[in-house]
Parts: sequence; C-alpha cells; structure tokens
Amino acid sequence: MGEAERVGEVIEASTTDFVAQCYELYELPPLGSLVKTGEPGTELYGVVSRATTTSFEPGRRPIARGKDEASEEALYRANPQLMKLLRSEFGVVVVGHREDGGLHHYLPPQPPRIHGFIYRCSPQEIREFASSLGFLSILVNTRLPIAGDEVIAATLRHMSRVYQDPNAFLVTAGKELAVLLSGDFGKLKAILGRLKG
Amino acid sequence: MTSEKEERLGIVTSGSLNKGVEVRLDSSASVEDMAVGRYVTVEGQKQRFFGMITDISLGVIDPKLTLTPPDVSDPFLAEVLAGTSTYGELHVLPMLTIGGDAASLLEGAQPVKTVPSHFSPVKLASQSDVELVFGSEDERKFYIGTPLDMETKICLNLEELVKRSNGIFGKSGTGKTFLTRLLLIGMLQKGRAVNLVFDMHSEYGWEGSSEAGRKVKALKQLFPAKVAVFTLDEENSRRRKVSTDFVVRIGYDEITAEDMVLLRQTLNLTEAAVEAVYQLARRFGRNWLERTLEIKDAEETKELLGEMSIHESTFQNLRRGLATISRLPFLEAQAPESAVGRILEYLERGINVVLEFGRYTDVTAYILVANLLTRRIHGKYREKMEKAMGEDSARPVPLVITIEEAHRFLNPGVASQTIFGTIAREMRKYNVTLLVIDQRPSGIDDEVMSQMGTKITCLLDNERDIDSVLAGVSGKSELRSVLSRLESRQQALIFGHAVPMPVVIRTREYGSAESYRDFSPAAEAEQDIEELWD
Repeated sequence: MGEAERVGEVIEASTTDFVAQCYELYELPPLGSLVKTGEPGTELYGVVSRATTTSFEPGRRPIARGKDEASEEALYRANPQLMKLLRSEFGVVVVGHREDGGLHHYLPPQPPRIHGFIYRCSPQEIREFASSLGFLSILVNTRLPIAGDEVIAATLRHMSRVYQDPNAFLVTAGKELAVLLSGDFGKLKAILGRLKG
Repeated sequence: MTSEKEERLGIVTSGSLNKGVEVRLDSSASVEDMAVGRYVTVEGQKQRFFGMITDISLGVIDPKLTLTPPDVSDPFLAEVLAGTSTYGELHVLPMLTIGGDAASLLEGAQPVKTVPSHFSPVKLASQSDVELVFGSEDERKFYIGTPLDMETKICLNLEELVKRSNGIFGKSGTGKTFLTRLLLIGMLQKGRAVNLVFDMHSEYGWEGSSEAGRKVKALKQLFPAKVAVFTLDEENSRRRKVSTDFVVRIGYDEITAEDMVLLRQTLNLTEAAVEAVYQLARRFGRNWLERTLEIKDAEETKELLGEMSIHESTFQNLRRGLATISRLPFLEAQAPESAVGRILEYLERGINVVLEFGRYTDVTAYILVANLLTRRIHGKYREKMEKAMGEDSARPVPLVITIEEAHRFLNPGVASQTIFGTIAREMRKYNVTLLVIDQRPSGIDDEVMSQMGTKITCLLDNERDIDSVLAGVSGKSELRSVLSRLESRQQALIFGHAVPMPVVIRTREYGSAESYRDFSPAAEAEQDIEELWD
C-alpha cells in the first residue's frame, strides 16, 4: 500500500461523494480516474468527478499578476507565495468499496473519514475494479455538478487504458450503458461519442 | 453453420401459444444469419420446445433511434448498439415439446400445448434434436431431404403417408415432378404401397429430364422388377426407346355417361348435352357411344331425338364432343384386351404401373383415361377389400394413384361426381388413396383439400393457392410467410400426417449416379454384375 501514489486528503465527506485537497498545488488526479481511501481491506473507491483550484481564503480572490512576465512559469517563479496561497481540490463520487474481503460496486455503509489519505489506484486495481461494470449505474444516476456524460466518458476512457484491448472494454461498457440508458438515446449517443480515443 | 455446437441465439421475451413466441436475439447473433423456416429449440424450465422460425424483425429500444439514426459507419458505435439499443427479433412457432424425464423421452416429441417461460434461452436446433423429432431412415421412413442449413435427414413416414390422400403443390418449374418421383421411389423402395401413375408427360416411367435438360433415370430404370410401363402411344414410346409392357387400348363400350360429365368443360358441352348422354346410354346400353356416332341419317336422327325429346342443337353439341373423343387414336370400337384387367393383374403382383400418355398430353385424353381406369380399378379394389373384411383375410396392398393437373378432376364443380373426389373423401377405407399433383391448389374442392393427409408444397405465390393449401393448419399465418419465401427450386414445405411438424426441406439430391445407388441397392448389385461381364 505504501508504494501507491498518495494524492491528497479528505476534507469533506458524505455517503455519496467526498472532497479532497491535493498536497501540492495542481497535482490533481485526472478527471475520471479511480482513487481509493481508507484502510486496506475496507477501502472506498471513487471516481474523480471534478476539480477546482481556488484561493485559500474565500474572500480573497487572486489578482492578475503576469503583465510584465515573459511566461507563466516565470510568473510562478517570481511569486513563490502563490504556491501557498492557492489550493487544489477535487471531488470524488463514491462508486464502490471493499468489505469482508469482497469488492462491491455499490455505496459503502459509512462515508470516508476526514483526513483520510487518498491514493490513485494501480492498473491492476483498476482492472480488478472494472471487471464488473455495476458502478456505471451509480455514475449514471448521480447528479453531478458538471455534465455526468463527461465524467462517465472520462472514467471509461481512463479505465480502458489499462487493458491490452481498450476497444473491447469500451464496447462492453458501451453495451452496459446502452442498457442503462435505454430510455435516453441522446445521452447514450453523447457518451459514446466521447469514448472514442 | 456449425449445427453440432449448440449456439445460443437469444431469449424468449413474450408470446402466446396461438401466435408463437418472440425471441430477442443476443448481440452475438446477427439477424442476417437467421432464416425463416429454420429450427430452434427453446430450453424451458421443465421441457424443451422444438419450433420453427417464422418471422424475423428488427427492434429498437428507444423510438428516438429511428428518428435520429446513429452514425453506424463508426464501427464502435455500431458494435455497441447492436444487441442493446437495436436488436433482432425472431418469431418462433413452438411446435413440439420434448419432456425432460425419461418417460417422455420414450414417448418422443409431443404436440405443443404451452409456451416456454419468460427468458428461456433459445438455441439453433442441433442435428440430434432434428433426428429426435423426425426419426431416422428405417423400413417405414424414407429420407426425402434435409432441413435448411443442416445435414440431418428428414424422413417421411410412408406407412402414415399412404393411409391418406396426399398432395404435391407448387408453381410450374418448382420441382413438383422431382418430388413426386422421389416419393414414388420411396414407396417402391419401402414396398409400402403399389402405385398407379397417370403419367401425363411421360416422366416417371423410364426417364425424365431435369430443368437443365439433363436426363434423369425414372422408376423403371431404378426398379426394373417392380415397375411396368404401360403406354397409350406405342409409337412415341418406341421413338423414345422405352420398352413398354403393355399398350393400352380403350374400347368405346368402356366409356360411360359418368366419364362424359367430367369432360363437360374440356369438350365444351352444355348441361343439356350431358343429360342427353345419360338418355342415350340408357337407350343404347354399353355401346351408346358407337351407336350414337353411327347415326348419320338426318331422318333417323330426327326420329330418335323426337322420341327422347332432345333438342337438335344439344345433340349437335354432343356429337361434336363425341367426335373429338373418337378421334383419340387409342380409342377403338373394340379393345383387344381390357386395360383395367391388365393393370389390376400387375398391381396384384405388387408391380407398380406407370401409364405414359405419349403424345396425347391434351387434357381431354388425360381426364378420360384416368377417370375411366381409376373408376374400374377402384371398384375392383373395393370388392376385394369388402371381401377381405368379410372373410377376415389379408387386405389388398394399399394402392396409390398419382394424378397430375388434379384441379381438372377435383374442382368444386366435378369433385362430387368423379371417382377421384370419392377416393379423396372416403380416404383409406378401401386402401386406395391419391397422390395429387397440381399447380393451382385453389382450383381443388375445399372438402378434398381438407381430407388430404400430407401436403408437400413447393413455392406458391398466388394468395388463393397459398390459402387453400394452408387451410385448417395451425399456425397458418406463420407458415404462409415461410411458404411464400421458399426458394423456387429444390425447396418444399411438408406438413401433415407423415411428419411430426411442418418442415421446410431442401429436397434430396436426385440425378447423380450416387443418388441412384442410394435409392436401389438392387440396381447397384446389377451394375456390379454387368461390370463383371465386361
């Protein structure tokens, strides 16, 4: 577990989703990537559904500083305090958990603890998790702050990369979606259109 | 198609016993691989169902798909949608059930009385399933063809077949003659019946020709000891180098008034003229035809007509008709030997008789001869049968009479009067049945059609013909779609007593040396002997 890449810490939690803060500014896990939190054996799995970078103090908005700088890099170099005044957060939708030795693609009994460490899942874990597509129904039915189509498509794209034959995985997932979205062909079409590499 | 491997097609989603069940195809099964008329098995919870695909349709899960069709040039999209949002549907008509327990296995397939439960898996029927249902070739069953896309043999139960009158239908050029030849061969091979074939176009006796113009062997070449070829036209037979066993001549005195009734349409006789025939027959007795033709004298005619109160024009009408008949060369004032007696003698010895018409292919000759001979033969058979019943002795071998252009004999106008109508209706009582060959089944009397045991039909496309063939069959509308989609050659739909369920077959191959060998092992032996001498 130690070697898994740690990306942040839970700072706000509910049964269905949680918000995490990155340790380093801008070191966000990509949209749709699979992350986990909790103790080994009782991990919660989630999909990154949004990310924000804001000022530490809600009342204090950043101001434009780069007028005389040659590049963005130079701007950050010239203002090292920025790295401490801004923070990156990401929201995660809970899509499954591990309990009693089994992997379940439904919501856990308890939300994650605040300050729980968040790790990115390894390709092997992704493969294990994606072997069943039950989590798709959670994503389809969750009301997300950004368009759900995007999150679903990003998740599947992300997962497909760990497979030798990404297309086969996408077709299987697409068929699952077609069943879930049987009454909403427009949404299905939108997602399928975003799946293509 | 790998039929041994049981391939899952889909699941049952809805349906009824009357209309058949709907099967939703799995995404792995393409609608384009399906075919109407193919067999499937449905694995119900308690029993297996055996059915036939009768319709194939396309479905979409959301009507929006049809309004704004997706871009299926994208293989990914097409693959995802296939079987999920868009899917194929089969309409399957369950026909038989095969029970799961040992007792029902012994009983064999039973007619279906219920439908499989929801979501029962559907598979293509395997070879062994088809064999289980149709049985394998034995001394009673004759291999007539294979189901579509399968190598299994479909066998007709000939014992059941000859118990009733049967029909072979189909448009011209769809293979009726080939099928008939096959069926006759089957009956000869299994020895279940003796045949009398009224062979209008001389294709069953010695040799026939295929559509491609190739010559094919007919009955006598395959079963030389079991077939006798009779001819009406000696010269024609000789020219075709057919050795005939008997030349049929018919005496005027053998033609009765009833024969004229049948010929009313073809000879264009009026109702009154037919009535007059009866009067003349009563007056002159057996020789009425000869005597009527002999009357030349106007004076004599007038006198006669006056006596019998026949109108002059009626008589002229009749005379014209009779003159047409008397011009038939095989008619003689006095026949040297009774054809009926000869035919019966052969039949009694178990030898099948094919009567070739040679050049006399016109309908008048055919109707006259077929009707005349059949009536006598039927009469004799009836006597024998009644005697056998009275004495409780062996009954005569079933006789099957094959007639072509059957609607001429069995149309509603004459079916009640002709001997063929009688035979078709009284069925097997006297061990005489018909094998009716026709291209216009709608022209045949409904009552006769309804009495037919087994119907074999090649492609038909006239609505009325299809209706009349399928009248009274369960699953009619489903079979109709199967029937109208048969290929125009070598395919036929069989249903009735001789098969456990309606079946579409690809007719067994006929015409190659190998096929001949299959038909008659005896012929093979003879050939071997011939080779020895060479």
